[in-house]
Amino acid sequence: MLRQIEGSRAVAESVALCRPQVVCAYPISPQTHIIEGVGALVKSGRLKPCEFLNVESEFAAMSVSIGASAAGARAYTATSSQGLLFMAEAVFNASGLGLPIVMTVANRALGAPINIWNDHSDAMALRDSGWVQLFAVTNQHAVDLHVQAFRLAEELSVPVMVCMDGFILTHAVERVEIPTQEQVDRYLPPFLPQQVLDPASPVSIGAMVGPEAFTEVRYLAQARQVEALVRIPELAAEFERVVGRPSGGLVSGYRNEDAETIVVALGSVVGTIKDVVDAMREEGTKIGVVSPTTFRPCPEEALAAALEGAHRVVVIEKAFALGSRGILGADVDALISNRGTKTYTVIAGLGGRAITEGSLRRVFGEAIRGELEAVNFLDLDRGVVDRELARMADDPRTAPSIERVLRDVRQSAARIV
Amino acid sequence: MTEQTIKFYQVGSFAVGNRLVDPALRTVQSDRARPNSLTSGHRACQGCGEALGARYVLDAAMRATNGQLIVVNATGCLEVFSTPYPETSWQVAWMHSLFGNTAAVATGVAAALKTRGDAQTRVIAQAGDGGAVDIGFGCLSGMFERNDDALFVCYDNGAYMNTGVQRSGSTPAAARTATTESLGREPGNPFGQGKNLPLLAVVHEIPYVATATVGDLHDLEAKVERAMELRGARYLHVLVPCPLGWGTESRDTIRLARLACETGLFPRFEAAYGEILSTTPIRRLVPVEAYLRPQRRFAHLFRDPPRTDDIARIQAIADRNIRRFDLLGEAAGEEPR
Amino acid sequence: MFKVRIHGRGGQGVVTAAELLAVAAFNDGRHAQAFPSFGSERTGAPVVSFCRISEREIRTRAPIDEPDALVIQDATLLHQVGLFSGLKPQGYALVNTAKSLEEIGAAQFVAGLPANHVVSLRATEIALQHLGRPLPNAVLLGGFAALTGVVSLAAVIAAVEDRFSGEMRDGNVAAVTEAFNQTRAQYEALAVRERRSVGAAPD
Repeated sequence: MLRQIEGSRAVAESVALCRPQVVCAYPISPQTHIIEGVGALVKSGRLKPCEFLNVESEFAAMSVSIGASAAGARAYTATSSQGLLFMAEAVFNASGLGLPIVMTVANRALGAPINIWNDHSDAMALRDSGWVQLFAVTNQHAVDLHVQAFRLAEELSVPVMVCMDGFILTHAVERVEIPTQEQVDRYLPPFLPQQVLDPASPVSIGAMVGPEAFTEVRYLAQARQVEALVRIPELAAEFERVVGRPSGGLVSGYRNEDAETIVVALGSVVGTIKDVVDAMREEGTKIGVVSPTTFRPCPEEALAAALEGAHRVVVIEKAFALGSRGILGADVDALISNRGTKTYTVIAGLGGRAITEGSLRRVFGEAIRGELEAVNFLDLDRGVVDRELARMADDPRTAPSIERVLRDVRQSAARIV
Repeated sequence: MTEQTIKFYQVGSFAVGNRLVDPALRTVQSDRARPNSLTSGHRACQGCGEALGARYVLDAAMRATNGQLIVVNATGCLEVFSTPYPETSWQVAWMHSLFGNTAAVATGVAAALKTRGDAQTRVIAQAGDGGAVDIGFGCLSGMFERNDDALFVCYDNGAYMNTGVQRSGSTPAAARTATTESLGREPGNPFGQGKNLPLLAVVHEIPYVATATVGDLHDLEAKVERAMELRGARYLHVLVPCPLGWGTESRDTIRLARLACETGLFPRFEAAYGEILSTTPIRRLVPVEAYLRPQRRFAHLFRDPPRTDDIARIQAIADRNIRRFDLLGEAAGEEPR
Repeated sequence: MFKVRIHGRGGQGVVTAAELLAVAAFNDGRHAQAFPSFGSERTGAPVVSFCRISEREIRTRAPIDEPDALVIQDATLLHQVGLFSGLKPQGYALVNTAKSLEEIGAAQFVAGLPANHVVSLRATEIALQHLGRPLPNAVLLGGFAALTGVVSLAAVIAAVEDRFSGEMRDGNVAAVTEAFNQTRAQYEALAVRERRSVGAAPD
């Protein structure tokens, strides 16, 4: 059914259609509307049987999900940023145990400094956790990916994280087609656990594995990730047959086949980039955009294929590996550097800073003209930064002062961003 | 024929004359067909109080639930010595959680059962004092507050034993641990610290809280049985001596557990919905020294000259418990056994 | 694509206004995207929300720098925030005030706009009258519909009926309708004046 609703609510509806049996809630901006939505559906009786638990922390949320999943129930929770970090031990535990939990991550920056707005640092911090990580470009995409996530998770016994940009998607009211219960039931059968806590057939789950077997266990987990790369496109195709629209898969391309410049990005910024691509194409620039829907496991083949023929690749990414360089950019560079293709990593949108069409146009132009550094920060206020660095050079005892930087940029509080 | 009445001195475990006890009153452990939830082959130290406690508790729970039990276990000695991959000593459905989330994982299992309409299968969470009092406390409090349907059992040996005997929030005052060495002006764990988890459980007003030791099997089994008759959040705190961590003889585990009660240092009680309902009286009061001397973790109290002040302070703790829980008076409802 | 920017203060329903507008556009069979700017949304602080309306799928997520229309829910913001920044030369401005634009010092900001694209509306007073509460957000959408014709009155009413219940629903529907009529009247009066000033023969 076609609806004009807030992204969070759309996801709540989608999750409810997947018939989760145990849902945990712990509030954190900006995911809270999702979990509230699911809670309301449980309370009103629309989603049942489902145990909806208000837990005391995100660590508890993932832990309760682990217990529920191990006991054979379809488990779901949602979080962001600091909450994702707080449950980090349990996140790794879930994938190590092969529990098919699905979790929405409403992407939000990691502190310090505390910041409630969107970027991808939270998901990136857990990129090695063994969870499948999917990134939604629109709220429709988010709705569709959750359904596919449950199916993938349970088939492969691997947990799946559906990432959607906090506020930008979660709080946007836009058009979505919500699948019917019949469609979802056709696509997603009841959960059949591969191992389960059952007194009738007792097993011990979570044994200690020593040096003699640990490597093999990890290798097998990697093998499962590789299997996921095969299954994801197949499951996406099956989903398309059920609902009649394409959604999901490994990598999506837009006007990239004959492009000389290809932009790579994750999540909602891809929409903005598409508009810029169209505008630049109209002026004769051969530019396109490629967007991995699956970030982990890394869809190397599909991504490399999509970037075939590009003279240069511009990676727009909303995260940064402090002390190193870009994250998505590093992944891309590793794939194509042997072709002699130049990769530019543009760090943008950190902490929720808006990415405007004008800025994108400018940076794409710079890349095309070869005027761009290999790694750079979009719309960095050089004045503020240089002043602060100069101050620090004068007085080596002074650490970078967040307060000074904020005072320096305070006039932007009144600017419309 | 002349009859002669012979009085046996009851040591609290029906050690004398067990054969004469009515089969209906015998312990689960005395039954050759006992479940052996934790069976032999595990790697625990000789004389491990926790291994004993876990078997006692789970066998009693298996009996009470007709074998319909799922167990969630925190990181610690119990988990480590029982499941060295690819072996396991558990004959029950068992899962190792993490260190701090055992209560939450148990809550999850209970939620899964509820959503399936399975009212038969019951859930027990178990942890050492570290996993209950310290790192596990947040999740435990959450489980209590929501009244989730699980029994949480803490096997309290007063330190993080598996990692080399480090101090926990349950370590008794003056006890030597690797992080509270018996050095300096105040050797051992400081006085005036520590968390009383049983009383904290009582304050959460959950349906059932009880304390017990491995020194009184009947009492322990009865409390497990009572707990499993109830629904909602329940808590059982079991004192389990650790020969390695306490520096005691492996043959003294039961005796020391008994002494802990008879000195008043470990009060035994049952509570429900925030009220203490009954306490087990001390039948033969013993000064704390009798309990402290056999333990090398308190050896620094008995050097030359002895630390009589510290011993007196420990005695004062025992005396306070005796007053507080009326351990010598007419205790409500409990017959001396 | 038609881009709307709504300005107000926290607690005045600025975000809801954008959402209602998006739903109204949806009711009219169009694509729409509504989202707030994500500043610290405490009561009283300046808040901005955005709405894009289009015949085709809307892909961009960038904030609206160059709106086609502005809805100003709180005129006290006029001299504090760059409200009119980026407004298109042929853009629309709907200002919530019981006074004239000259009186509130807004004349300078709208001077360059077509005369019949600028309307002031006593939305708060209309809201008080029909709702008993000073909530002008939905009311202003009635004015918006009349001023720009980008959404229909029926669509706005349907959006309001969907969102609110009981007295809030009935009151808002009445208020929206009155706002629409008042704005339509003003618009037509301005159009007449414009035709006159552009050299039409005097009546």
